[in-house]
Amino acid sequence: MIWVVAIAFGTVIAAGTYLALSRDALRCVIGVAMLGSGVNLLVFASGRLQSHIPAIVPATQTQLTLAANPLPQALVLTAIVISFALLCFSLVLAARIVLERGDADLEELRFAEPHAPEGYKPSVEESQ
Amino acid sequence: MMWPLAPMLVPLATALLCVLTQSTPRRQQMISVVGATVLLITSTLLFLEVQQVGALRVVLGHWPLPFGIEFVADVLGTALALVAALMLNVTVLWQWSDADAAPSSPTLHPLLHGLVAGVCGAFMTADLFNLYVWFEVALMCALGLLAHGGGLHQLDAALKYFVLNVIGTMLFLVAVALIYAATGHLNFSALGDAMARLDAAVALPLYGLLLFALLAKAAAFPLYAWLPASYHTLPPPVLALFSALLAKVGIYAILRLFGNVFTPAPALLYDALGWIAVLSMIAGVLGAAYHWDMRRILAFHSISQIGYILLAIAMASRTGDTAAIFFTLHHSLVKASLILVAALVFRYTGHYDLRRCGGLYASRPWLGVAFLLLALSLVGIPPFSGFWGKYLIVREALSQGAYLWTACALLVSVVTLYSMMKIWLEAFWKPHPDPAWRAPEHVRLAPAWVGVSGLALVVLSIGVAPEALIGFADAAAGALRGDVP
Amino acid sequence: MTSRPLLAEVFVRGLYIVLLVASIWVLLRGHNAPGGGFIGGLLAVAASAAYALTFNATSALQRLPLRPAALAAIGVLLSAASGVPALWSDLPFLTHLWVELPLGIADLPLSTVMVFDFGVYLCVWGALGGYCLGLLRALEEAP
Repeated sequence: MIWVVAIAFGTVIAAGTYLALSRDALRCVIGVAMLGSGVNLLVFASGRLQSHIPAIVPATQTQLTLAANPLPQALVLTAIVISFALLCFSLVLAARIVLERGDADLEELRFAEPHAPEGYKPSVEESQ
Repeated sequence: MMWPLAPMLVPLATALLCVLTQSTPRRQQMISVVGATVLLITSTLLFLEVQQVGALRVVLGHWPLPFGIEFVADVLGTALALVAALMLNVTVLWQWSDADAAPSSPTLHPLLHGLVAGVCGAFMTADLFNLYVWFEVALMCALGLLAHGGGLHQLDAALKYFVLNVIGTMLFLVAVALIYAATGHLNFSALGDAMARLDAAVALPLYGLLLFALLAKAAAFPLYAWLPASYHTLPPPVLALFSALLAKVGIYAILRLFGNVFTPAPALLYDALGWIAVLSMIAGVLGAAYHWDMRRILAFHSISQIGYILLAIAMASRTGDTAAIFFTLHHSLVKASLILVAALVFRYTGHYDLRRCGGLYASRPWLGVAFLLLALSLVGIPPFSGFWGKYLIVREALSQGAYLWTACALLVSVVTLYSMMKIWLEAFWKPHPDPAWRAPEHVRLAPAWVGVSGLALVVLSIGVAPEALIGFADAAAGALRGDVP
Repeated sequence: MTSRPLLAEVFVRGLYIVLLVASIWVLLRGHNAPGGGFIGGLLAVAASAAYALTFNATSALQRLPLRPAALAAIGVLLSAASGVPALWSDLPFLTHLWVELPLGIADLPLSTVMVFDFGVYLCVWGALGGYCLGLLRALEEAP
């Protein structure tokens, strides 16, 4: 079981890295989100993988037997919510950039740090 | 019983109330000011109480300790929370003035308070995963603040900030997951013992990954690109808040984990940290010497000053920690007030670019005096506060025989002096390049002036009487190292 | 002239109610079985999204009990407030308490966890619903 998770982790991280290095803004953002999913998988696996029942006490019992470690599940739920929120934010961000410029090329995205016009001196930046 | 949680809960509650009053800007601003004031009062009281009685601990939810979520308000954490509260007050105060030309937006105040809640949470938590959560709270609010202007350069900055920072936090989460898998603990005190028992071959990569991730958050040498790419697109009061707090959270986490929780960590880590520190200093100061936009100069200086703090941490001694704490507190205040001065320069000359402004010493001499005092504090000319910070670092580095690092630190100071003098000569001394330019007359800048001069006075008093802060930093470092005198 | 999806409109009007009831059921069930505030909130968001897709985002926003941001903020405040009763019994913040309310026929179990979960539900509905509907509205207004 751990090998399946390990291979899945590697694959997702590789795919996420490939996409995150892309020049296309939307691909880059989706790649970062995939990296997040891969990391969540790792957090989940950090509590050891066994086919145990969920850590909820049945109504008739007072003690847990053969239960999975609930802590990594709580951690991964938190991490999933956080990465989901970041994905929501970044998708809107990338979409707005693409809509306003009509172009998704990140290499040409130099509004915050414009190219130096004379090659070596920083450009005179517009106020605001 | 909930008292030590106040630095997080007060800004969190304020942020939520500000969301609820988004439709009535006046009421929202009122709530924001009241919330910031309450935060300042409570964090001052907490700071004083912790000085008296020592660290206060709260375990949430009545769970027994290695499993419960613990918050610790100790000397270092409450001091940094106090700085955060102070900076929040200055930022909110600036919103009353016309120094920030950008129109106010209904999401600004909730995000500001949310950011401070995240930062203070990171200063108070005693749990590795919680540290990640508070990092993310601060990160999300920071992203919102970066993007909320909506200009294309702001969106560009926000995207770059997002990608680089999120990769940093993901690395941190990977480190947290691996550490949990290896030790089964997340609570700081349990973790310290568990990691010490771990096989060195397993522990070293974990420490390395954790340090690398935190260095990305702290904007240290190879991973600093997000800071100068984004900071200058922010409105000035928010920029002051960012440069006083955000990278400091990373610094604090390094100091907490590698100066307190994981001591003694392998010596190799501290050596690597020393080199990274020196490279950050050099890279930051060269970037600052190259640029002409005041905000970008100051952003690059942040990287080089972070190098000094990391160098102090790399000394791995109580004196080194003292220097790091002193320098962190000093730098937060000095950098924030320099940025506010730059914002006033912009208001009076119309430009942030030094080639387009000038003539300020003739028309606004007091602004020139304030800038000069703060700039000399940043550079470290005696008797200003930066001198004492650098003196502590250099003395400790020399006593440990790190001559090369010391030489680099001193050299970087000279270049820092050069780039500060560049601002002074260009913005204040030379005449304004456009002879027809007149500073705007009818602007309400009094609250901005109160903020700047208040901060400048704090900085000056640190310089004139450093014993108090050095003594305090020494006590905090002693508490970190566990050898309380 | 745009064509109205008449069948979908009739269907979704009922589905909206059904999804909201189901979300409340999942929310309450989550106390002792899989479910809870987060999943319940997601179901409620699904209801709002279905409504917005068939009608339009503005009318779906009007069907929310409050402004989305206010809904989310009240949710977080409610969740935080659920930790406060523990302080009166001298227990740490966020310690949860359970009581059985006798109603004559049967006992009604109540707990502060329910309040916490309801806060999460409102927060998810407000934040995610607001995000989703805001995005749909931006798409509708785009030329």
